Amino acid sequence: MNTIGNVTGIIANLVIVETEGTTAQNEICFIKQDNTRLMAEVIKVVGNKSYIQVFESTRGLKVGAEVEFMGHMLEVTLGPGILSKNFDGLQNDLNKMEGIFLKKGEYTEPLDMDQEYEFKALAKKGDKVVAGSWLGEVKENWIPHKIMVPFTFKGTYTIKSLKGDGAYTPKETIAVLTDNEGKEHKVTMVQKWPVKVPIRAYKDKPRPFRILETGIRVMDTLNPMAEGGTGFIPGPFGSGKTVLQHNLSKNAEADLVVIAACGERANEVVEIFTEFPELDDPRSGRKLMERTTIIANTSNMPVAAREASVYTAMTIAEYYRAMGLKVLLLADSTSRWAQALREMSNRLEELPGPDGFPMDLAAIIANFYARAGFVYLPNGGSGSITFIGTVSPAGGNLKEPVTESTKKVARCFYALSQDRADSKRYPAIDPIDSYSKYLEYPEIAEYLNKNVAENWTDSVFKAKDILLRGKEAYEQINILGDDGVPIDYHIRYWKSELIDFVILQQDAFDNIDASSSFERQNYMLQKTLEVTDMTFHFDSFEEVNPYFKRIINALKQMNYSEFDSDKFRNNEQELKKILKEQETRNTGEKEESAVEAQS
Amino acid sequence: MEKDTKAFQRVYTKLFQLTKATVSLYARGIGNEELAIVDGRLAQVVKIIGDLVTLQIFGGTEGIATNAEVIFAGKAPTIKVGDDLAGRFFDAYGDPIEGAEIMGQEKEIGGPSVNPVRRKQPSEYIPTGIAGIDLNNALVTGQKIPFFADPDQPYNQVMAMVALRAKADKIILAGMGLTRDDYLYFKNVFDNAGALDRIVGFINTTEDPPVERLLVPDMALAAAEYFAVEKNEKVLVLLTDMTLYSDALSIVSNRMDQIPSKDSMPGSLYSDLARLYEKAVQFPDGGSITIIAVTTLSGGDITHAVPDNTGYITEGQLFLRKDSDIGKVIIDPFRSLSRLKQLVIGKKTREDHPQVMNAAVRLYADAANARTKQENGFDLTDYDERSLEFAKEYSEKLLAIDVNIETDEMLETAYGLFDKHFQPEEVGIRQEFVEKYWKKQ
Ligand SMILES: Nc1ncnc2c1ncn2[C@@H]1O[C@H](COP(=O)(O)OP(=O)(O)OP(=O)(O)O)[C@@H](O)[C@H]1O
Ligand SMILES: [Mg+2]
Repeated sequence: MNTIGNVTGIIANLVIVETEGTTAQNEICFIKQDNTRLMAEVIKVVGNKSYIQVFESTRGLKVGAEVEFMGHMLEVTLGPGILSKNFDGLQNDLNKMEGIFLKKGEYTEPLDMDQEYEFKALAKKGDKVVAGSWLGEVKENWIPHKIMVPFTFKGTYTIKSLKGDGAYTPKETIAVLTDNEGKEHKVTMVQKWPVKVPIRAYKDKPRPFRILETGIRVMDTLNPMAEGGTGFIPGPFGSGKTVLQHNLSKNAEADLVVIAACGERANEVVEIFTEFPELDDPRSGRKLMERTTIIANTSNMPVAAREASVYTAMTIAEYYRAMGLKVLLLADSTSRWAQALREMSNRLEELPGPDGFPMDLAAIIANFYARAGFVYLPNGGSGSITFIGTVSPAGGNLKEPVTESTKKVARCFYALSQDRADSKRYPAIDPIDSYSKYLEYPEIAEYLNKNVAENWTDSVFKAKDILLRGKEAYEQINILGDDGVPIDYHIRYWKSELIDFVILQQDAFDNIDASSSFERQNYMLQKTLEVTDMTFHFDSFEEVNPYFKRIINALKQMNYSEFDSDKFRNNEQELKKILKEQETRNTGEKEESAVEAQS
Repeated sequence: MEKDTKAFQRVYTKLFQLTKATVSLYARGIGNEELAIVDGRLAQVVKIIGDLVTLQIFGGTEGIATNAEVIFAGKAPTIKVGDDLAGRFFDAYGDPIEGAEIMGQEKEIGGPSVNPVRRKQPSEYIPTGIAGIDLNNALVTGQKIPFFADPDQPYNQVMAMVALRAKADKIILAGMGLTRDDYLYFKNVFDNAGALDRIVGFINTTEDPPVERLLVPDMALAAAEYFAVEKNEKVLVLLTDMTLYSDALSIVSNRMDQIPSKDSMPGSLYSDLARLYEKAVQFPDGGSITIIAVTTLSGGDITHAVPDNTGYITEGQLFLRKDSDIGKVIIDPFRSLSRLKQLVIGKKTREDHPQVMNAAVRLYADAANARTKQENGFDLTDYDERSLEFAKEYSEKLLAIDVNIETDEMLETAYGLFDKHFQPEEVGIRQEFVEKYWKKQ
């Protein structure tokens, strides 16, 4: 028998329920309002009063309304059919909803329970299995979707029976498992899991040791993301967080992409709905939508479901990771999730922490990021969740609780700079402030030097050094004036500008430039470093700027051309010609005092 | 809005508590967000604890006595919508400011959101003739974008101009804390342009109680939804001034003892504003709601909670600034942004539009650097001099708000300026565009 209670108080989406029965923290309940049932979650219990956050508008709700507690936490349904769906934060299939407007209390089935899937057994009768063991697989789009022993199963089980190859619906029993006590358990293709609990059906979680190629130069080359790694993108509004995340979802080398659109604009989600079914996955050639799942809780959707949405997305990612897939999880924006927590905490009249956020904000964020990672599965295979969240700091000021809490846990920091965005230097990732801790991992360095190019990391640090020295030179020029500094300062500055324009800046809206393979990135970095290695001679500082602009132009035209195409090579020839001018100058004007560029 | 008392409505005459914006009383069977009339003033339920119901009084509580009459309406706020709305001006409650009551169906305000999968991606370009908008920050139907402007800037004039040139089927003006002069100004321009029959106004002026403003955008957007959904019309909603709207939000939340967030705004400001702005939408059947708003700044400070939260919600912003060099108000290319522009520029406009736009802004940034140098007393290079000359002309011929030309002409003007001041390598536009469009000059 489920616990029943009655509403005794309503403050926006916080509702107080009195009940005689048992209720549990995070338990799901439904409020009866007229002919609808509004879903809610218990967030605090005091005596016989349960405080619940309602995942819907409470307009028209009255004191006395009946509430039924369901005896379980917020769960998602895991099984074939999740892929390429558009869910809301509570995993309702948005496409199954009727009408233009979202209707209060309308909940839809996340999976297509009547669809048949072609099943192929991967285990056999008598096998010993544990939670997460693969029993069989079905084709979901192009993915071999594993049917696993439910994650809720504890201990070892023996397969008593298993369906042979054939077509079944998600509802049908696929296997019967016996536990140690001889009790039988039926398993279907579908299982449920509470979103706020991490799925731990893996053997080991080593620290990341491989790179996840993203196609974005300023990330891959300068501050690479590891497969199974974590990172975050803080930046003021309009600095390019969403464009960067969309670009990652299009180009990163992942098997699957789960996007949590958390409290942001509906039009941005529509962009994905519209474009992804048309766009090709650059690696597999399939449509991008086939590898993408969207959890949409846009800013005009109920606030409480916003918090749920990131957990729903994470749980789905964990499910696919257990199948041995490389999952990329993106959340835009984690600040909206934190704000949802703040709104609730304020309504509960809890003692506020910094900026009114709940005291345990840092712990909540840390626990969430900790769910990402590279794992070894029970069968020896591996899977990963790489997680990248955006942060929207109030006033663009990074000294605020969400940024600071995230910085403690995320290993990559991609700070978007207002100045860079204002001068349209996209992606506006600040090359100096940003970092990837993975670059310091010896196993990652080894991986890069083996897989990208020999001495790759040396080149990367060299480029970083040039950027830093360029910045210093620029500051000096600004203080002392153009002719108050040696010409060398100008050269140093323009060498850093060269790296900025050719490597850092990348046009997300250009078909060719939008994504760059490691092979190409290596080529361009070496080309650029060849230039910065050169010694330049100029008669006056006024010659430096126009000359470097010509170099930059040639290299940029290379970025805009198909790799290794005729156009690409022609621009490379053009670059050679420009550089030749300096050589003749070097030999022609021997007596002139040479300006050491790298001094 | 309905105000007449009906048989089933319950009447109470004993208030338990009074604050500047709210009253509380013991009552049963009351729904959250239900409307009531307290001493003849419109009010809405904001909190219920047991039998104690708290109401927010839109007109303020001055003079309300503890024995005031409270009549509950049994429903959330509504508006009457119909074709009759066209050409009329209403107060914050949806009652005509002058003239006869209107006929129409009753529609709840602040209603549910559009299912994101039922939206269509905005793709229709809205040319305005103003190059600071069209060239650098092109607008698209279904977009939501505010002007960021200091109070002394002519934002309402620019907005009226944009509205009239936008070719909308309906223009819905939501005035919050509008001065009477500006209200009359809007009426006049629309009248002179012969556009009055396309206009609907919901007006709260500085003479009206500030909390009433809270109803205005919901009224306007409910009306907009009617025309966009039922009539498949292209609707343009003008929200002015959202900073004054937010001030009203803070008055109410502070009086309800909520913990204020940054700049004494409520912690829910982001959600409160997003709820309104997200009504902007493109429907598959051709109807659309485009929102152009005004957020006044104090001293150009965009880190204040209102512009800051707005920037995080809207699809860009148009930043008005006085350029003292040319003595005109311009649309600042650095701080302005239209995030939907890439859906139309180079697609609905000429292919080289994005490159020309970026190149010009980059050169303008070079000029800004040169100016800093100049101000610090350093010598300028030849390039600096040229970029400064370019910047001045760019500002005058393209950024100023009094520009009114076709989009292609904006591109030609830009090439003209490039050609006058720079070499192609310095501008950095794709080779093929240089050959195709620049060389033509
Ligand atoms: N890589 C890029 N290339 C070209 N333009 C870009 C790039 N990144 C961002 N932009 C421009 O900046 C605009 C804003 O970017 P975006 O929407 O990603 O900002 P944001 O940081 O997500 O802002 P918010 O916090 O308000 O959501 C885009 O609409 C686009 O015009
Ligand atoms: Mg964004």
